[in-house]
Amino acid sequence: MGSYILRRVLQVIPVFFGATLLIYFMVFAMPGDPIAALFGDRVPNPALLEALRAQYHLDEPFVVQYFYYIMGVFQLDFGTSFSGQPVIEVLQRTFPVTLRLAVMAIALSFLLAIVIGLFSAIFKGKLFDQVSLIVSLIFVSVPVFVICFLAQYTFGVQLGWFSPTVGADNGWLGLTLPAITLGVGIYATSMRLTRSSTIETLGQDWVRTAYSKGLSRGRVVPVHVLRNSLIPMVTDTATTFGILMVGATVTEGIFNVPGVGNTLYQAILRHEAPTVVSFVTVFVIAYVFVNLLVDLLYGLLDPRIRYVK
Amino acid sequence: MSSNNPTPQHYVAPVKNASVTVDAVRIDEKPSNLWLDAWRDLRRRPTFWVSLAFVAVLIFVAAFPWLLTQMNPIRDCNLAFSNQGPEAGSPLGFTRQGCDVWSRIAWGTRTSLIVGLLATLIGTLIGVIMGSLAAFYGGWLDSLLSRVGDIFFTIPYIIAAIVVMTVLSDYRSELTLAFAIGGFSWAGTARIVRAEVLRVKQSDYVMASIALGLSRFKTLVVHVLPNAMAPVIVVATIGLGTAIVAEATLSFLGVGLGFTTMSWGNEISQAQTTIRTAPWTLIYPSIALTLTVLAFITLGELLRDALDPKARAQR
Repeated sequence: MGSYILRRVLQVIPVFFGATLLIYFMVFAMPGDPIAALFGDRVPNPALLEALRAQYHLDEPFVVQYFYYIMGVFQLDFGTSFSGQPVIEVLQRTFPVTLRLAVMAIALSFLLAIVIGLFSAIFKGKLFDQVSLIVSLIFVSVPVFVICFLAQYTFGVQLGWFSPTVGADNGWLGLTLPAITLGVGIYATSMRLTRSSTIETLGQDWVRTAYSKGLSRGRVVPVHVLRNSLIPMVTDTATTFGILMVGATVTEGIFNVPGVGNTLYQAILRHEAPTVVSFVTVFVIAYVFVNLLVDLLYGLLDPRIRYVK
Repeated sequence: MSSNNPTPQHYVAPVKNASVTVDAVRIDEKPSNLWLDAWRDLRRRPTFWVSLAFVAVLIFVAAFPWLLTQMNPIRDCNLAFSNQGPEAGSPLGFTRQGCDVWSRIAWGTRTSLIVGLLATLIGTLIGVIMGSLAAFYGGWLDSLLSRVGDIFFTIPYIIAAIVVMTVLSDYRSELTLAFAIGGFSWAGTARIVRAEVLRVKQSDYVMASIALGLSRFKTLVVHVLPNAMAPVIVVATIGLGTAIVAEATLSFLGVGLGFTTMSWGNEISQAQTTIRTAPWTLIYPSIALTLTVLAFITLGELLRDALDPKARAQR
């Protein structure tokens, strides 16, 4: 297990540097002068412009800028956004909101996905299975911003059950509608995964043995089938996390949720390069470490994985 | 004599009256292969024909939008009709600018399909090249290409495409958008191709081809790749659906195609403001988008089931 952990951790290092360098390069290539954009229509003092450029290292070559940036990241300093606020402070303010949103979306969608996926697998080919498959296929196909608009229009505007936008009211209850829309995509993929892995487990020898021992379905399904079917869900966490990051950017934008995704989108529109890089970097670091955790956990759950080179 | 032909020492049960069944093989049957089996499986499925028909209609609309619309989506806009509901000649109502919603959807089909197709082509091409080179040549090249793939796999491609399209905001076109989407979505394909080429590489015919003197590169192109294509086609078909969503999402976020270009994403984006007064401006382009994605994903999943004998046996 020790060498497996070491190998996986060493693999993370080039990915980390490569990804940050790639993002930083793309933002570095962005057209327009962000410092000049800061002043809008006003014509700033050239000396002030130069001072600001020097402050943000914008007068240095690309590699030096990246070096400054990455050194800061190691000290948890993600730079300063152009509005003068340290990015880490923006993150501290916005992250709890996104975390609430994500936890709610994941909890709702996983619970539904496991229950419906399990029943779908047990009643494979029956009406229930066919209907839930079609529904999940539609959920996979509807783009997240369409779901957001439809939910906003139906439940927010027409029925008035929820507030169409979140804004300051971003407690658990206020985030219900955005969380549901964010959860739709996750529900669809995890329900299909639960279904297929349960079908596979149901065909295994130990399940047949359990039944032939005389165990009831009420005991075989939760104890022998469900526990084993959930292992693929663990490995799929990375995919879920990816859906979540893109979904959060769109959902938070539409419902005006003051979270990380919304801030990232606003920053891109305003060409706030360091803010964009910081947020995408945070996303990528989080993604890399979630992946690492998932792999380690999977190695723990399935001994075969540890010994594969 | 017995020393030359020793009798076996172990006990062999006598075969008496036992009816031994050997797997029956029909000699007169036509030789089958993966693709023929898949076709036989697919043609029995109604959903396959429905999805295929829908895609055919889409291609027709994209190629000849003027045959299906009475109004011009740009010239026939009349502010007097702004946000008006459906009426004769305009079954889906009018946009805020007084344009016919149906003709804008029909003309937008072309943009969505072209971007989706180009992005998928670019992504698949990069993925196949990277994955097959890594797996076939192995060694340091495999390590290098796989790490590069990991890096691209780590960045969610919509977020990367947002950055790319912001960088290229002066050069917005179907092609740049396709490069932004395809250029960051190839890592998944590369992983699949790599695994598949590693599998095919072990085959006797590959060894035979190299032993007979064909160069390694030619062996890869002629013998390995064609046999590793099945999962690529599946992923590309599903990827076509997701690329169309990506285009719409980017256009919706305002970093896709310019507002003057007609695309479903732009229509939906512009309908945001009129969702209360004229919901049809939002709903019909959304339906077009969703059905298209649904058709491609369904086709891809049917193909996957048909091309995978294990999945076929499980049904």
